[in-house]
Amino acid sequence: MIAIIDYGMGNIHSVRKAIESMGAEALVTNKPADIRKCDKVVLPGVGAFGDAVAELEKQGLIPELKEHIRAKKMFLGICLGMHILFEKSTESPGAKGLGIFTGEVKKFDVKNGIKVPHMGWNALKKSGECPLLKVVPDNSYVYFCHSFYPKPEDKAVVAATTDYGIDFASIVWQDNIYGLQFHPEKSQDVGLAMLKNFISLC
Amino acid sequence: MLTKRIIPCLDIKDSRVVKGIKFLGLRDAGDPVEVAKVYDREGADELVFLDITASFERRKTLIELVEKIAKNIFMPFTVGGGISGIADIRDLLNAGADKVSINTSAVKCPDLVSDSAAKFGSQCIVVAIDAKKKGQAWEVYINGGRTPADLDALEWAKKVAGLGAGEILLTSMDYDGTKEGYDVALTTTITGAVHIPVIASGGAGKLEHFYDVIAGGGADACLVASLFHYREYSVKEVKEYLRERGIAVRL
Repeated sequence: MIAIIDYGMGNIHSVRKAIESMGAEALVTNKPADIRKCDKVVLPGVGAFGDAVAELEKQGLIPELKEHIRAKKMFLGICLGMHILFEKSTESPGAKGLGIFTGEVKKFDVKNGIKVPHMGWNALKKSGECPLLKVVPDNSYVYFCHSFYPKPEDKAVVAATTDYGIDFASIVWQDNIYGLQFHPEKSQDVGLAMLKNFISLC
Repeated sequence: MLTKRIIPCLDIKDSRVVKGIKFLGLRDAGDPVEVAKVYDREGADELVFLDITASFERRKTLIELVEKIAKNIFMPFTVGGGISGIADIRDLLNAGADKVSINTSAVKCPDLVSDSAAKFGSQCIVVAIDAKKKGQAWEVYINGGRTPADLDALEWAKKVAGLGAGEILLTSMDYDGTKEGYDVALTTTITGAVHIPVIASGGAGKLEHFYDVIAGGGADACLVASLFHYREYSVKEVKEYLRERGIAVRL
């Protein structure tokens, strides 16, 4: 069973429908007891870093998520749900992330000749052999919709990069922890293949 | 590299697709989900659903429709038409829309742009601007193009970008329906002034029109209605053409 964390940060139904369409059972929840029962957790989310962390704290979910990760159970963060895995974000100075990955979340700079938000289909350049990218060819297109990106200190966790003025980490991966900057639930076949890979992990 | 997007736009009335869509072999060409699936297969990058229902019951039926689309289509879609406040936006996003497009209500209450961007994130707030040439500039129109808003399109675009809009859907009222091409001058003016993506809309008739507004006008995406609905071109044909001319597209 996959727990999809509903903590009041945006639409989680697309994620649920995409996971269900790949044949898995999903439980939309914000209850620690439910999360404990599930072997996999998906943390989606759109909005601001500080609001998201505050909501997770308010609903008492942070210890549960940390325990899930510590117990080596599978964890997938999507977009803002991936940002929260880092220590902090320039979006919300003072707000503290889970700190699972070292590094911070930064805003794209229009000085690099780009538009912000980064919105649309862009390519993944694979680095390493991330299990989520099994059967996903290099340079596959996925759908992005964000103004902030993660900057991990440990480059070894970068499983794919994407070129948008700079090469940023579009997938991070370490052991049982996966983070995607784009929206697999909106990336048609390529995104669904990654969700299927996540479902198959054990 | 970020690719340029091709976005079919469907007009919806009472949960049905309107404007005589000529899809061969489609069981129900009025079913938005059936039509969306065709565009999905053809490689459309996003979809825009514009609700033109005027009835009192519209809100409820629209929410049900959005839920149905979200359940069946795994690509981003925007919903617009008659959105009046934060509650409408929240309901549509909760139902599964990825973005909402606001027009008249943004002009009447610019705070709606900043409030909704702060609450839901800039990435899901699209401001639609209907613009018509007036002298050397363009004037903004509201209420479906019926009422001049006494606003300069360039100034308004800069303002909504500053308020936190994530994207501008820019429709040329002068070119809309003419098939003479997108309004490159209008598009260039707006894309040169804001740092958020701009979707060009109105006037597509030939393949080179797409190239002109992307390469010449700096558009990030092109909205298309009748040209696709009447099957004059497919999404794939447009994208193949653009790729041949050196524009990055997802194929």
